Amino acid sequence: MMRAAVITRVLRMAPDMVTLYFEDEECSKASPGQYAMIWIPGGEEIPMSLSTINPGGESSLTVRDVGEATKTLCDMKEGDKVGVRGPFGRGYTVSGDSPLLVAGGTGVASLAPLAEAFVERGVKPTFILGAKTESDLAFRDRLENLLGDSVVLATDDGSCGFEGFSSQCAVKLMDEGSPDIIYTCGPELMMVSVFDEAESRGIPVQASLERYIKCAHGLCGSCAIGPYRVCMDGPVFDSEKLREVREDFGSRKMDPTGKIVGVDH
Amino acid sequence: MSQLSLSVDIAGLRLRNPTMNAAGVLGISASLLKRVYEGGAGAVVTKSLGPAPRSGHFNPTMVIVEGGVLNAMGLPNPGAEYFVSAIKALRAEGVPVVASFFGASIEDFRDVAELLSEAGADALEVNVSCPNVQEELGMLGADCLNTEKVTAAVKEVSKPPVFVKLSPNVTDIAEIAKAAEMGGADAITAVNTLKGMAIDADFKRPILTNVTGGLSGPALKSVALRCVWDIVQAVDLPVVGCGGVANWRDAVEFMLAGASAVEVGTAIRERGFGVYKEITTGIEGYLEANGFGSIKDIVGLAQEAA
Ligand SMILES: Cc1cc2nc3c(=O)[nH]c(=O)nc-3n(C[C@H](O)[C@H](O)[C@H](O)COP(=O)(O)OP(=O)(O)OC[C@H]3O[C@@H](n4cnc5c(N)ncnc54)[C@H](O)[C@@H]3O)c2cc1C
Ligand SMILES: Cc1cc2nc3c(=O)[nH]c(=O)nc-3n(C[C@H](O)[C@H](O)[C@H](O)COP(=O)(O)O)c2cc1C
Ligand code: FES
Repeated sequence: MMRAAVITRVLRMAPDMVTLYFEDEECSKASPGQYAMIWIPGGEEIPMSLSTINPGGESSLTVRDVGEATKTLCDMKEGDKVGVRGPFGRGYTVSGDSPLLVAGGTGVASLAPLAEAFVERGVKPTFILGAKTESDLAFRDRLENLLGDSVVLATDDGSCGFEGFSSQCAVKLMDEGSPDIIYTCGPELMMVSVFDEAESRGIPVQASLERYIKCAHGLCGSCAIGPYRVCMDGPVFDSEKLREVREDFGSRKMDPTGKIVGVDH
Repeated sequence: MSQLSLSVDIAGLRLRNPTMNAAGVLGISASLLKRVYEGGAGAVVTKSLGPAPRSGHFNPTMVIVEGGVLNAMGLPNPGAEYFVSAIKALRAEGVPVVASFFGASIEDFRDVAELLSEAGADALEVNVSCPNVQEELGMLGADCLNTEKVTAAVKEVSKPPVFVKLSPNVTDIAEIAKAAEMGGADAITAVNTLKGMAIDADFKRPILTNVTGGLSGPALKSVALRCVWDIVQAVDLPVVGCGGVANWRDAVEFMLAGASAVEVGTAIRERGFGVYKEITTGIEGYLEANGFGSIKDIVGLAQEAA
């Protein structure tokens, strides 16, 4: 069922990124890695990870402006309303004693609640927070308050922390530290390289994938990757499934007509 | 081991069991269709394919409503020509493929049918019943003359059996079924979704971008069952039942009304890909418990009782 949610506050994260807070009972019970379908009345409905999950409290979306619907969301003000369906999909499975979380860009949205779930279990994960440049690093305070110096910053341009992609930073930490599991969300090409490097070291991975979501109920097939539906079998996939879809992962996806096109970021 | 036979023959299409996915449910991806087959379906049905690629409607395209699901996908598909390789790949793996398709004109229907027939599809399902696209694209099947003409044009160029899929959004579905029979249809699929809509009280506007959509799932079942019933009385063709089938009992009810097989769509949401196996196993148990030897023995039994 569709519900209306009122935006209770708006936080600007980066020049082109905002976090919208709202209250919704069902989203407050979601698990990290799940997403909701967010409807802009009179406009589109798009999938968004839940970037805050607070049982009984507020939830949030962290949106990067990349097109019409996300631009409208980025311009929203306190008091505006959106439609919400969900939460949907399979999120992350919390496991391991020394997890490494690798976020690129808006990938932090789904990984921040996972970091909190680990801390609640008494495990402090290492968190690579990567972005193009320093001003794009979202939720830096939230994560540093939670994890202290276990947050490793990385920027493509070297303006802050490690200079290079999150995936390159991850390789360094795979070798220097000893992560027993890796969670990743961000640009697909970044996630593929994290996956391949982890595979060669025998480290299990959970990655959150994106495909074109229409129904979100596992019926239309629009979000297919191999024999799986990102909307319902995912969005989080483990190493076993990632191996099965490795030919498509980082390489091929369906466009909204069902034609296979390349994955370019 | 029992001597039961679960196989069926629908106008020459031989299936290991009487279950298929409903058109448009997962059928846009060959890998998902393969998973449907591995989930136990007797054959798979493609997304309705048209003469050219379509993106379909903008989201929201689906919303859960009382007793079912309302969708207005708007026939997204990569085009029939593009999908030929997927059909061939599935068949090469031993998966029987029913190719569903539509057109904007009688010529389109004929051209697409020819293409899919040559691609080797095991059967064709003519979608003249989509409620979610403009009149000329979707609902040619609301009219007897058009239904007959489209069917005849498709039959002219098709090698495999032709199923004509009908809409419940008509005054008398039996009349339309007769028109399809006149046009040379080999079987009837009944039914497509029932036209409906959803309005959000908070936003005070229709939820679906297309405003109206098609209802599927449990709420459609009794309507679909009545449609099958009426069609079976009107024509001398095998019927494939579709609409709200979620378990073996539903499937058996459709067979008692006269359906030779069933298509299952919306139930995948809750039952998963194993729904086909579940239904088949359930039908087997029913046949055995009631002393029947094959599906044929129960097709139309309830008609005799009425
Ligand atoms: C499970 C999931 C979680 C996501 N979480 C976030 C998040 O937390 N923050 C965030 O900023 N973005 C997230 N996205 C991506 C976000 O949905 C797209 O950026 C958004 O849909 C773009 O819409 P648009 O109208 O602004 O842009 P458009 O111009 O319409 O599209 C830009 C690109 O976005 C993608 N896109 C468009 N519509 C969809 C759709 N219905 N489903 C999937 N991809 C689409 C396509 O690749 C397209 O090329 C997530 C996507 C998925 C699948
Ligand atoms: C997401 C979705 C997409 C559909 N697409 C098509 C289609 O392309 N062609 C068609 O003939 N029917 C289409 N249908 C209708 C189904 O094939 C079926 O007739 C209807 O859903 C009733 O069956 P069910 O209750 O088992 O889902 C679609 C239904 C759904 C839910
Ligand atoms: S979006 Fe429809 S099956 Fe996933």
